[in-house]
Amino acid sequence: MIWINQILQGLLLGGYYALLASGLSFMFGVLRIINLAHGSLAVVSAYLLFVLADRFDLHPLLGLIAVVPLMALAGWVLHRLVLERSARAGALVPILATFGLAIVMDNVLFEGFGADTRSLAPYIDTLGYGSWTLPGDISVGYLSVLTFAVAVALLGGLHLLLRHSALGRRIRAAAEDPDTAQLVGVDARSVHAIATAIAMMTVAVAGAFLAMRSTFDPYTGPQQLIFAFEAVVIGGAGSLWGTLLGGIVLGVAQSVGAQINPQGFLIAGHAVFLGVLLARLYVAGGIVRWIRSLRAHAA
Amino acid sequence: MSLLEVRSLEARHGLLPAVRDIDLSVDEGERVALVGANGAGKTTLLRTIAGVHPAASGRIVFDGKDVTALPAHRRCAMGIALTPEGRRLFVEMTVRENLLVARSSGRAGPWNLEAVLQAFPQLEPKLGARAGDLSGGQQQAVAIARTLMTNPRIVLLDEVSLGLSPIAVQGLYDSLRVLLEMGTTVVLVEQDLQRTLRVADRIVCMLEGAVVAVGRAAEMTREQVMGHYFGSRSSVQHPAEARP
Amino acid sequence: MKTGHGVVSRAVVDRWTSASRLAAAGVIAMQVLLTFGPFVLSANLVDRLTTLFIYGILALMWNALAGYAGLVSVGHQAFFGLGAYAAVRLADAGLGAYPSLLVGALLVALVALPISSFMLRLRAGEFAIGMWVVAELAHLLVNLDTLVQGETGTSLIALQRFAADDRRAYTYWAALAAMAALAWIVFFVLRSRLGAAAQAIRDNEEAAASIGVRVFASKRLIFVLSAFGCAAAGALWVATSITFQPKTYFSVQWSAYMIFMVLVGGIGTYEGPIIGAVLFFAIEAMFGATGVAYLVGLGTTAMLFALLLPRGLWGEVERRTGWRLLPIGHRLRE
Repeated sequence: MIWINQILQGLLLGGYYALLASGLSFMFGVLRIINLAHGSLAVVSAYLLFVLADRFDLHPLLGLIAVVPLMALAGWVLHRLVLERSARAGALVPILATFGLAIVMDNVLFEGFGADTRSLAPYIDTLGYGSWTLPGDISVGYLSVLTFAVAVALLGGLHLLLRHSALGRRIRAAAEDPDTAQLVGVDARSVHAIATAIAMMTVAVAGAFLAMRSTFDPYTGPQQLIFAFEAVVIGGAGSLWGTLLGGIVLGVAQSVGAQINPQGFLIAGHAVFLGVLLARLYVAGGIVRWIRSLRAHAA
Repeated sequence: MSLLEVRSLEARHGLLPAVRDIDLSVDEGERVALVGANGAGKTTLLRTIAGVHPAASGRIVFDGKDVTALPAHRRCAMGIALTPEGRRLFVEMTVRENLLVARSSGRAGPWNLEAVLQAFPQLEPKLGARAGDLSGGQQQAVAIARTLMTNPRIVLLDEVSLGLSPIAVQGLYDSLRVLLEMGTTVVLVEQDLQRTLRVADRIVCMLEGAVVAVGRAAEMTREQVMGHYFGSRSSVQHPAEARP
Repeated sequence: MKTGHGVVSRAVVDRWTSASRLAAAGVIAMQVLLTFGPFVLSANLVDRLTTLFIYGILALMWNALAGYAGLVSVGHQAFFGLGAYAAVRLADAGLGAYPSLLVGALLVALVALPISSFMLRLRAGEFAIGMWVVAELAHLLVNLDTLVQGETGTSLIALQRFAADDRRAYTYWAALAAMAALAWIVFFVLRSRLGAAAQAIRDNEEAAASIGVRVFASKRLIFVLSAFGCAAAGALWVATSITFQPKTYFSVQWSAYMIFMVLVGGIGTYEGPIIGAVLFFAIEAMFGATGVAYLVGLGTTAMLFALLLPRGLWGEVERRTGWRLLPIGHRLRE
């Protein structure tokens, strides 16, 4: 029973990772940029919500109404000032620029808020500690389920946007071939900035759930970036639903690992990540070659 | 006043001049063909007019307005549309999506999905297919149809028959006849000289980035045009006639 | 060189100019002079120079990877930490303190070989963060070792066998030797076929492969060399500070420092990283104590250079003047 409980908790944890990773996946798919400041931006969102809760007694989920548009604007500015330039300069520059940005943001937060760990859990009452009890003595937290549901909803929303809306078509066209997109009337620059804004909106939401489910401090960003990145890569870079799967695999691996050893939580996650990477690089290629050789024999 | 006026236009690839001091006017309803050997600068000229290649100097005036500094998508909104060399479809998107995204020009006009499918009926069964999976001829049809969906005032066609079988090219030009009969202004680059002389009103010969000859299609012969391909001032002579 | 009817003059390819001969001689002289450091300079200065040498090694190695193999890694602190860990472990096992530094670095280089096998198959962004994951994993695994006692850490106790002054001098010489050796290795590698291969790869990987450049092997060599260098730097760092706390050695801060030094100095140039290291050292000496604002400044500067001056200071100088102090290129002479 313990294992089933762990797997279930891992699944729900995966929902959080998918939520966190959705923005990273979206930006990589659309802009071909890996934003190393991703985790730090989620932490910025968490701090904004904390300020609203602490000063104005605003419930975090209500606080999102203000923070999401703010982060969207920040994303738009981020693209215009930093990402647009760096994308033109070659593949290395976006990595360096966003890494520098992450360092700046982490340390500015430290300047502003100090080293204390914070959490939004005190501001959400039962949502934070209430749970349903399933047969077999398995307890499932309200917050975990809500996180998972929000992750699925967000990923679904992004999917619908990209596949079934005019803006989505423009985003995909500009992502594939910005020059030709211009030729049919798509303002590629503007579309890329909008895509960044959309990604930042998901980061804002992720930051809220990060703060509600656990504690955070100015240097939480990098760890979150790594989790998001692992979820994206495990599920297959460029696929939105793959990110959900990747998040779940990571969550389950971590939960199972925690059962084995207290350090196992993180180690299992990283090990599974590297394992999937290896498998994709060697085994997947090998399987494809094996199938091809079968066809050649049959011919 | 001409619909499109190009004055003293220069464009470069890095430091190499590709388009040198070109003057060109296109009236509304005219059909102009650019001919010349590879490397003559025809594609670069079209791309510079469309706005995807920067002009080093000179001016481009469209419908009385100076568009030289405008980005490509704004020129598309004004009615300049280019079907680029090599088709350049959004291969990961479906045919329908490729066509619909061209509505981003925001222009009103006779061309919509139904009208375009009437001109290119071979595309109807392929609407849901991935653009990258189509044959060369079908892809070219999508590329031209996509250009039409922007409801352009002037259509720039760059080597639309390149790499296609004669049957496919014929099919393409059958579809284009609709466009031409509507009186749309067209500037085309085409290697097939016979077809060019039939379709165009005016021929502009380019060599090494400059215009070397201009004439009415009805008055020029194939031999004269080919002469300008290689830079001879007079028409090509039969080797037997060249002996004193 | 005969010119005249029907004979084409042949251009001569120079590798050394008189200016670069002078510069190389200058560098050697400098290195010889520095050897006398511990005898003439104050203890404080000797310590600081040791730190400078270690920064120089880090900058040199990160630049070799990013500037010459085109691979940006945000995880080379993995090797820095592993080098320190290996040194501590070997010294604990009985090998002398100083031999442990070298052998430790070599062991880490060996470990880097299989790591390179799959990490190098990743694309740019994935490689960058992937290396960070490797660093995190290395950190976690090192924490499991009971000798290290988790985050409490341990010390390079074997060093206490030496008197403080001797220890300072030996560490200084070890650092100087390491930096000089690595700098000359990188210099000769860049002048060799591998260097030309690396430049070709950086400019256009496909084109390089199509003319027979062994892309993977070249990248791998540079990767392993950079791992070795960073490991040596980590081992030397533990020799200066004696304590080994995993959190300090595996911190992503080291990547931030490396990136700053190389970006500001001039990525892909030979002289750039050295200039970057000196600048970084100076800035840290002046502002390091101001705490977090210093890090904000570092990050902002790195960003500004990445966006506005990606060639770095020496890169700009090289572009405008064509100077190359040390000859890693070729010059055509009629």
